[in-house]
Amino acid sequence: MSLTADDVKKIAHLARLGINPQDEGNYAQDLSGILDLMVQMGSLDTSEVLPMAHPMDQSQRLRPDKVTEHNQREKFQAIAPQVEEGLYLVPKVIE
Amino acid sequence: MDNQKWEVVIGLEIHTQLATQSKIFSGAPTAYGAEPNVQACAVDLGLPGVLPVLNEEAVRMAVKFGLAIEAEIAPYSVFARKNYFYPDLPKGYQISQFELPIVGKGYLDIEVDGVKKRIGVTRAHLEEDAGKSLHEDFHGLTGIDLNRAGTPLLEIVSEPDMRSAKEAVAYMRQLHELVRYLEICDGNMQEGSFRCDANVSVRPKGQSEFGTRAEIKNINSFKFVEKAINHEIERQIDLIEMGGRVVQETRLYDANKDETRSMRSKEEANDYRYFPDPDLLPVSISEALKAQIKATLPELPGAKKLRFIEQYGQDDESATTLTSSRELADFYEQVVQQSGGQAKLATNWMTGDVLGALNKAGLDISHCPVRPERLSGLIKRIADNTISGKIAKQVFDKLWNGTATADEIIEQDGLVQITDMGAIEAIIDTIIANNQGQVEQFRSGKDKVFGFFVGQVMKETQGKANPAEVNKMLMAKLKG
Amino acid sequence: MHNKTIAELARGLRSGEFSSVELTRIFLDRITQHQNLNAFVTVTPDQALAQAEAADKRLAEGSSGLLTGIPIAQKDIFCTDGVKTSCGSKMLDNFIAPYDATVVTKFNEAGAVMLGKLNMDEFAMGSSNETSYYGPVLNPWDTKTVPGGSSGGSAAAVAARLVPGVTGTDTGGSIRQPAALCGITGLKPTYGRVSRYGMIAYASSLDQGGPMTRTAEDAAMLLQTMAGFDEKDSTSVDKPVPDYLASINQKLEGLTIGLPKEFFGEGLDAGIAAIIETAVEEYRRLGATVKEVSMPNLKYAIPAYYIIAPAECSANLSRFDGVRFGYRCENPSDLTDLYTRSRGEAFGKEVKRRILIGTYALSAGYYDAYYLKAQKVRRLISEDFKKALSEVDVIMGPVTPSTAFGLGEKTGDPIQMYLSDIYTIAINLAGLPAISIPAGFLNAMPVGLQIIGQYFAEDRLLNVAHQYQQVTDWHQRSPKGFE
Repeated sequence: MSLTADDVKKIAHLARLGINPQDEGNYAQDLSGILDLMVQMGSLDTSEVLPMAHPMDQSQRLRPDKVTEHNQREKFQAIAPQVEEGLYLVPKVIE
Repeated sequence: MDNQKWEVVIGLEIHTQLATQSKIFSGAPTAYGAEPNVQACAVDLGLPGVLPVLNEEAVRMAVKFGLAIEAEIAPYSVFARKNYFYPDLPKGYQISQFELPIVGKGYLDIEVDGVKKRIGVTRAHLEEDAGKSLHEDFHGLTGIDLNRAGTPLLEIVSEPDMRSAKEAVAYMRQLHELVRYLEICDGNMQEGSFRCDANVSVRPKGQSEFGTRAEIKNINSFKFVEKAINHEIERQIDLIEMGGRVVQETRLYDANKDETRSMRSKEEANDYRYFPDPDLLPVSISEALKAQIKATLPELPGAKKLRFIEQYGQDDESATTLTSSRELADFYEQVVQQSGGQAKLATNWMTGDVLGALNKAGLDISHCPVRPERLSGLIKRIADNTISGKIAKQVFDKLWNGTATADEIIEQDGLVQITDMGAIEAIIDTIIANNQGQVEQFRSGKDKVFGFFVGQVMKETQGKANPAEVNKMLMAKLKG
Repeated sequence: MHNKTIAELARGLRSGEFSSVELTRIFLDRITQHQNLNAFVTVTPDQALAQAEAADKRLAEGSSGLLTGIPIAQKDIFCTDGVKTSCGSKMLDNFIAPYDATVVTKFNEAGAVMLGKLNMDEFAMGSSNETSYYGPVLNPWDTKTVPGGSSGGSAAAVAARLVPGVTGTDTGGSIRQPAALCGITGLKPTYGRVSRYGMIAYASSLDQGGPMTRTAEDAAMLLQTMAGFDEKDSTSVDKPVPDYLASINQKLEGLTIGLPKEFFGEGLDAGIAAIIETAVEEYRRLGATVKEVSMPNLKYAIPAYYIIAPAECSANLSRFDGVRFGYRCENPSDLTDLYTRSRGEAFGKEVKRRILIGTYALSAGYYDAYYLKAQKVRRLISEDFKKALSEVDVIMGPVTPSTAFGLGEKTGDPIQMYLSDIYTIAINLAGLPAISIPAGFLNAMPVGLQIIGQYFAEDRLLNVAHQYQQVTDWHQRSPKGFE
């Protein structure tokens, strides 16, 4: 399995991850190396195996429908990069 | 454009906000209209380290819906992360359900122009709502309010079974009525509690494969759904007939211009990278829980309508009207009960004067100023002949505009029907004596003059005479 | 004083031999004195002294618990209300957490005194503590070597006697590997035993917090406070917490130990293999019997892990987008620029590598081949363990294939770095508890013994570890210059 710099560029965009163009080749190489490790798994027959998403064979616990959280906007927005009138500000969203 | 050549295929995805107190994965309140971000707690904001815990009520509501459309309830369903970046999506993923939704295949029956049709529901799944982007100008920036983030949604996906905008609207109305009956959604479309995306395509009649579809986003009123879909159908047919091709894309309906336009921001092909959310475990619904929820299901609109026809002798139209919401149906049944079983009078008054007045005032039944007690008070007086139907309308006006009971109004205004036949006879005799010309005309065959005499009697009695008795006596006397 | 165990310190505090304030000052001084190790990201002396005063009051009133007045430190992955919580990243260099992690709340309620926040690999991704935005932590046994990771600051701080006990987190070995490389005791509990609420997520289905101390007895005391059901964590298990100290002194007669032959194959330093054999010999003397077990799918653990963990991390780290908290790039030109630059500028290389791998593994067309396959392999590995643990009480083996490697030695080769987790990763995939305890030295560097137990058998692991520590003194050795 070998990834190209172009593949890295596409994946990085999906992940909204800025990567220096001169590093793309390096990442492509690292990623290809990691994916080569995965080839080992290919030899294993897993057609009859159920995927395991979780170590615990339990089911989801349900929470009673009660309001337990109250306004902490001031505290939460004290650590925000940019707020105004209680809103988080971001560059213009175009629909 | 030749509509005869084309068949329209429509599927709807409807997002209903579930009427829980708290959010689907956090204990923050869900109330509408709060100051920005005061209802966004640490979990809703996706602060580092926070974790989701599932709201029991959201699960119960989803199951309730599934049972109401006779769907399979998954014994085991899974939450998945849907990954994409958007500022109103705090975690960079939406917790939704993908491969194993909580509600499987079910159906809903609709009726358009007297023709019944069954529309398949593919699935319904639980997910969290996103926040809102506010585009008012903050020095060229957009403001993000995350109060809505984490509000529970049930996304109901239909089969592509609808063949006209009318059918789509009928399905949407039926669903809207159902979720309100079930009390799982307040149905408030203005506040976004019930939102619709439509997948629309056309194909030449007789072709079995589907045409390329366009998705119209966020059409939030019944009126707009029909218009938006019809517009989109026209656009697609025009396009194809001009030799063009429909592209798969997301379009936004602009109600002001009555047109749909492509949403540029959503054009980029999405790769949502769904995978099971490792912070949540599979949800299991036992047979016992299903049975328990089933026992709480209210009578559903279809069954209620049949019962109204059977039990109250209503015609199809009245029954449809009076079961169109649970509040209206309950109101009606209270009136029947409190008026001592005057089903027919109650039906007439409800479908006529009451709904007419509500409509005129722009109110719904829950805000009707005449509550069942006072309305049934009026109906009782009509039934026992205390007042005539005509006088009853006057009384109703006063009930609507005041707080007095029907009896108080009748008493105060002296509206009791004259039952003393001697008094009426004397009045009739006087009128006949004073209008011999008209008597002659009547006797020579001019039946129309009869109305003149009735009018004179009513005028003399201020409408308080029993019309049937007056007619009978007048006829006898005029015929001599 | 700094050489005393937590158990000894607790006795001294209760008997009034010394106060928590005195103790706190001693350790704060040592932290300042050994700043060169770079074990701490943040030291909180004022808060610590205030907590110590409060603890002394509780001690005087007789309302104290196990850990009242004991100085501890938190890995900088646990959110601490009002205190910077960096997770070793530039992304959170400005992040003052607005709430406490459940684990932090539990320590606060117990009356423990937090001295500060410990350095770590960025977002817990690393095996050497070299990916930290705050620079590498040095191994007190040889400052030219790494302390291991990702809980490198935690391990180095305990080994250097800067604090008697700390927290760590373990996603693929991040408690056990640094514990082994720094010659201390580190316990990774069963998945679900310790709440993950407020512990910044790397790979949610694998992450688990646990104690790092010098002795098993101390680890039992810390775990007693950390463990327990948390209604804020859906994956936390509602199961009573046993009294870990109560069973610690049980004799080991009748204990059966499994040695997986796959743990002793190619790649293991012969010197380490010999040390493990000697340790097992010691257990025989304590009454245990030993048998070989087999875990044929163990060799697939690294590939499975390096799909599952990056996949989960790729989504877990999406919330760092420069909108609500954390780093935001200067003058973003549009939304995409805000995201890509904020994330591009603030995440380090290893974090980016794992986000890229995870994004790729989940993307359309590859999901089945990578993610789903890895999850199936995960089940096979977990079944291997279940089968082995149905035959024996505990499994023993090495923690690392070699002793601490040199700073910078493996940073250029991520795959070599990943392979150093070979003996620890499978345990996380299965969700089992495991402990690393000091078992000897190779070329003057510490070597760890790993003991793996049945689900929720932390009490048994602590007992087995404690009994060994009653007859050996490896855990009492201290690095030169830190005695």
